Amino acid sequence: MLELYILLSFMIIGAVIALEIKDMISSVIAVGAVGLGVSIAFLILKAPDLAITQLVVEILILIILIRLTLKRDLPFSTSGRWLLNTVVTFIFIAVFLGVAYFAIKDLPEFGSPILRVAGTYIAEGLKKTGAANLVASVILDFRAYDTLGEATVLFTAVIGVITIMRKIGRKKIDEVVNEEDE
Amino acid sequence: MKKTSKRGPREPGMTLIVKTITRLTVGLIFLYGVYIVVHGHLTPGGGFAGGLIIALSFIHLMLAFGKDLALKKFSKAAASIFESLGGILFLTIALLGFTGGYFFLNFIRKGRPFDLFSAGIIPLCNIAISLKVGAGLFAIFIALVFLQILKKEE
Repeated sequence: MLELYILLSFMIIGAVIALEIKDMISSVIAVGAVGLGVSIAFLILKAPDLAITQLVVEILILIILIRLTLKRDLPFSTSGRWLLNTVVTFIFIAVFLGVAYFAIKDLPEFGSPILRVAGTYIAEGLKKTGAANLVASVILDFRAYDTLGEATVLFTAVIGVITIMRKIGRKKIDEVVNEEDE
Repeated sequence: MKKTSKRGPREPGMTLIVKTITRLTVGLIFLYGVYIVVHGHLTPGGGFAGGLIIALSFIHLMLAFGKDLALKKFSKAAASIFESLGGILFLTIALLGFTGGYFFLNFIRKGRPFDLFSAGIIPLCNIAISLKVGAGLFAIFIALVFLQILKKEE
């Protein structure tokens, strides 16, 4: 478990750097380092499916973020009411830590879940579905409704992004835009 | 980006080194994505991750060679069609379960475990999800790239 704690402190440091650094590109790269840390943490916790997905999604998000921040002067404001912000931040961190202390005490031990249905999946997953990868047999057979909902969410997200980003929706009032430019 | 070098107008995309490396690697990345999808029920991975890797191979092409060549290989209309096709395929597989009893019934024979053709509908669902995720995220990327170009013109 020691390497997990080292990785967690690395990720916290990366997140703080991403917040505090002045340069936008450096901030994006620090976010990417945090995401890769999450991917390695999934590997240490023995979840290779999640590790692959996290790695690939992180790469895509980094490409999009770098393309959007490259060659653009984004205003970066660090002035303002410095003292009030700091005090409010510390109060929120204290409240969060206090609540988290009581909440985490009630969590089950690592590796012994409360839901007993997981034991049935592990025992009978291969026999009932024939899939050697237990994760695939859970997300596409036992809990296929969840995957259908997830696919619907993704579909809606893609439609929303394309509707907002397309040219014909952002034209001026008197401007005429051809359909094929859309 | 109207910069012109001494040798005439600037080609779209990155330098020759990047283009050569891309030409060598992009097919391998695409094949790796297909492998992750097809073996989704045997090894870690699955439809979501594999579809994203396939989309990333086209994004790789777009970053190295410029958007015109990548859109010629995988146009916006194709992205839209493939995304809808993936969604409809997934729903159809789910609805075909009614032939045996209920929604999402694993109605195909399970086969021997650890075989490539095993586990009933799970590989088919993986392929449907990979089509949907890959085409959808590629469409999002195209939309963001076009936004970038429009901002520059203003």
